Amino acid sequence: MVSKQIKRLYVFLVLLFLYAPILVLIVFSFNASKSTANWAGFSLQWYVELFHDRQIMKALYYTLSVALIASAVATVIGTFAAYGITNMRAWPKRAVLALNNIPILNPDIVTGIALLAMFTFINMPLGFMTMLLAHITFAIPFVILSVLPKFRQLPQDILEAAMDLGATPGYAFFKVILPEIMPGIVTGFLIAFTLSVDDFVISFFTTGGGVTNLSIEIYSMARRGIKPTINALSTLMFVSVLTMMLIINLRMNKDSTRKGESETPYLPAPGAGSG
Amino acid sequence: MLRRFSASPYLLWTVLFILVPVFMVLFYSLFSPAPGGGYALDLEGYRKFADPLYLEVLWRSIVIALKSTLLCLLVGYPLALILSRIEPRYQKILVMLIILPMWMNFLLRTYAWIPILGRNGLINSLLGSLGVAPLNLLFNENAVLLGMVYNFLPFMVLPIYTVLMKIDRQLIEAAEDLGADRLVIFRRIVFPLSIPGLISGIMMVFMPAVSTFVISDLLGGSQITLIGNLIKDQFQTVYDWNFGSAISIILMVMILLSMSILNRYDEREGGTSMW
Repeated sequence: MVSKQIKRLYVFLVLLFLYAPILVLIVFSFNASKSTANWAGFSLQWYVELFHDRQIMKALYYTLSVALIASAVATVIGTFAAYGITNMRAWPKRAVLALNNIPILNPDIVTGIALLAMFTFINMPLGFMTMLLAHITFAIPFVILSVLPKFRQLPQDILEAAMDLGATPGYAFFKVILPEIMPGIVTGFLIAFTLSVDDFVISFFTTGGGVTNLSIEIYSMARRGIKPTINALSTLMFVSVLTMMLIINLRMNKDSTRKGESETPYLPAPGAGSG
Repeated sequence: MLRRFSASPYLLWTVLFILVPVFMVLFYSLFSPAPGGGYALDLEGYRKFADPLYLEVLWRSIVIALKSTLLCLLVGYPLALILSRIEPRYQKILVMLIILPMWMNFLLRTYAWIPILGRNGLINSLLGSLGVAPLNLLFNENAVLLGMVYNFLPFMVLPIYTVLMKIDRQLIEAAEDLGADRLVIFRRIVFPLSIPGLISGIMMVFMPAVSTFVISDLLGGSQITLIGNLIKDQFQTVYDWNFGSAISIILMVMILLSMSILNRYDEREGGTSMW
């Protein structure tokens, strides 16, 4: 029993470590003073100012539009790529998968300066377009990795079966295969979207001409001191993500009970549970 | 037709935006603009890096990344172990609690340590009320280390947790039936089977830690120069692309080498990495 208490304390301490900065941000977003050192009373002024701060609103607009377009494009390219890769012979498949790993294994800073070097070499002006191209580039591999397993799980001859019944390859893809792999596509899109919203390093090197995203704004503000409006904005974003995840989780739970699929029963081995 | 060509847009994209840019970095590391126009071979970047001043930066980056990987391992492994053994309904919530902080902008989360660690920060005012003189917690190497562990801990916990969950309970039961105690079970069964997750975790922490410049910028207060800072400066302030590209190539080769060594070990263990 004592060891159970120690475990609880341990989990609590790690969570405290992970959440302390977030709590600080949220608390100071309601601070009446601009300081992050002392508490001057509750206020919503930063939330009001947030919507009048043109620079932050512009950065938010660029962040969200790049994330939406980039993850949509990456999802389409990545899904078709996964389909093609599934049907490749052994060695081209291995080569392509190794290629796919380059941007994942390469440090962000190298990906960033590599794209910068190329855009500069071909004289492409840095801005919205270059940042968008960069985001599509780093998002595609993650889409492929989340869609590929879904193709592997497809029954081997499902496409032939559909075509035997008179479907054209295109029709078979959209009516038979697509619904089966949809969960992987949705996951891929969500990963791509999140990576894009949170990206700093690659955007930092591939943008210019006054086009920034929230991360770049925060980075350039960090030296002068962060405006509390940013705290207010991230509190709002955090709360919306939290609600979104709760809704998704609740829906998934409801779906699984409706379909009668209970979760795999977990049988704690005697002794192992308290070990 | 669709099946054969559906990977082509992706392959084209990868060549244009991944292979060509990496090649450009290699090119800039070997050549620089010649006075009379065109480019001339220039190995100055690599020669410059051999300077003890820069080798020290590389060494410092490797050491601090190794330290943060080790700390993540020491904190993360017990956490993953606890997570894998609690009741499933708490399990889901706790895993979500560990992922959730990653949904808040990572620059902001890192920045939020400043009001906690600063001279007038939370920790120092707590200590002050106990009569302890303020400590210098910020803008030193330990602060950077803390920022790394804070940002990358989930990358260590999640892959280890995933492999721990896949361990067949019956193996543990069999060992118990044969009279093994908990320590032996851990040493002979649980730990060896968790090595693939451990390796993914090490990669996913070491790689971003060794190449970061944001954490050292924010929490090191420009006191700590890491290899990432060095690269960033060459492209953002000094404009020595030849040198910056040479460092990037060295960093890339170093990371790819260590990954392939770790991967080989992983394959020998018969495991699959997280991806």
